[in-house]
Amino acid sequence: MTAAAAFFYLFASFAVASGFMVIAARNPVTSVLFLILAFVNAAGLFVLMGAEFLAMILVVVYVGAVAVLFLFVVMMLDVDFAALRQGFQRYLPIGSLIGAIFLIELLLVVGTWTIDPGLVQAPLGHAAHGESVTNTQALGRVLYTDYVYFFQIAGLILLVAMIGAIVLTLRDRTGVKRQNIAVQNARTQAMAVDTLKVPSRQGVEV
Amino acid sequence: MTFWEMLGTVLLIALKSFVLLAALLVFIAYALLADRKIWAAVQLRRGPNVVGPWGLFQSFADLLKFVLKEPVIPAGANKAIFLLAPLVFAMLALASWAVIPLADGWAIADINVGITYIFAISSLGVYGVIMGGWASNSKYAFLGALRSAAQMISYEVSLGFVIICVLLCAGSLNLSRIVMAQDTALGIFGWYWLWLFPMFAVFFVSALAETNRPPFDLPEAESELVAGYMVEYSSTPYLLFMLGEYVAIMTMCALGTVLFLGGWLSPIPFVPFTWVPGVIWFALKASFLFFMIAMVKAMVPRYRYDQLMRLGWKVFLPLSLISVVVVAFVLKLTGLAPGA
Repeated sequence: MTAAAAFFYLFASFAVASGFMVIAARNPVTSVLFLILAFVNAAGLFVLMGAEFLAMILVVVYVGAVAVLFLFVVMMLDVDFAALRQGFQRYLPIGSLIGAIFLIELLLVVGTWTIDPGLVQAPLGHAAHGESVTNTQALGRVLYTDYVYFFQIAGLILLVAMIGAIVLTLRDRTGVKRQNIAVQNARTQAMAVDTLKVPSRQGVEV
Repeated sequence: MTFWEMLGTVLLIALKSFVLLAALLVFIAYALLADRKIWAAVQLRRGPNVVGPWGLFQSFADLLKFVLKEPVIPAGANKAIFLLAPLVFAMLALASWAVIPLADGWAIADINVGITYIFAISSLGVYGVIMGGWASNSKYAFLGALRSAAQMISYEVSLGFVIICVLLCAGSLNLSRIVMAQDTALGIFGWYWLWLFPMFAVFFVSALAETNRPPFDLPEAESELVAGYMVEYSSTPYLLFMLGEYVAIMTMCALGTVLFLGGWLSPIPFVPFTWVPGVIWFALKASFLFFMIAMVKAMVPRYRYDQLMRLGWKVFLPLSLISVVVVAFVLKLTGLAPGA
């Protein structure tokens, strides 16, 4: 058994086990932490396949940003563990239906792969212009040169989604005191301080 | 490759890692002392001067003290996560050092995506903080954890764009190649700190925010949150948090050295200076950055939370985004782009 195989089984078994723990753990925070472990193991599998750039991006995007937000939300909730257990039987049919669909899709993918490996490999061969390119360069070439218009369209769609989310949650509150740092920095002593001569026993009007 | 060759490789890597780890930890013990001494000097105090000559053994005395004390775990805490958090924090901080080239070819793993690896690992550091803050089951710790998560994510974005600027100039994600791209006849003036000076400034400030250093130490603001996410920690778990924090700071110093200060290169590119081993230049440059960070801690008052967010999202993000575009245009128009 080579080192690569040993690491594959290590990462794969950890990924499957932590994936199981995501749905089995009682505490939702523990679930999210197991989800993170599953992501990290998936990144390890990517490294083994030689897709190191994808592995790092998986960690940066999913673990470093998306899962942090998950964890944030789950920690802020005041979760009632008894309520979580209820309704298990009511949701069982729909849950198992979705599970079955995923299983069938997975089988189809793996089935195609075993029946005709050339079918799955075909699009990958496109990226290899030369032997010496790293997979970061190959990915960059595919994304920014070959499919640049699709990439730009995807970017625009995400931009629209972002603006939409901001518009939906933006509240225009009145009477809020905002700090304008430029104005503060532009203040001079003459604008801020008045030196007055106060006549004794009379006081002054400011 | 036979089994014995493989075993030999594994042992060699383990030995290298161990040597690097030992050197790094000793370096950090003295960086910590230097931090306290610099801070004391700015405030006209003497700083630690009792343990050993000039207080040189202070950090080791602190280590013993932390290790020998009783670890206290709060009754309401989630015990497993409470103990896991400092471990995760310290481990992840140390893990970044696997790819940092201390001299030409002196990296444990000289991988092609080195900079993305460091970026990924440092973005994971926030988990130690959140887990610690949540598992403590305490208001102050939780508030500190929330602040820290928001802060680290905000500054990571501009840090990413700064790194992209450097990558555009260097044309590689490999840390060693980034250093070699700065190896010109100009010496110190050929490094990226001069050509990308605004980005160097943004990097420095973002590094402070990313490592929760003053003036951005809101997660542990001792005047309002006591010690933020660390408030319930004591003994060795606390030591691990403290260690992780300083390792993360040194990582940022090393990263700044690689990206902007020409890594192991000599500042004056001719003979008597190029004989000096690269690792010495590297340590000097990293120490210089650490000195700057220590001075900031001594001189600058803490930011208010809304000002911190304003600086990250409204100043640094647009600035770094614009400079990515500007740098790309300049490189393309002048034909200086690597590989063009």
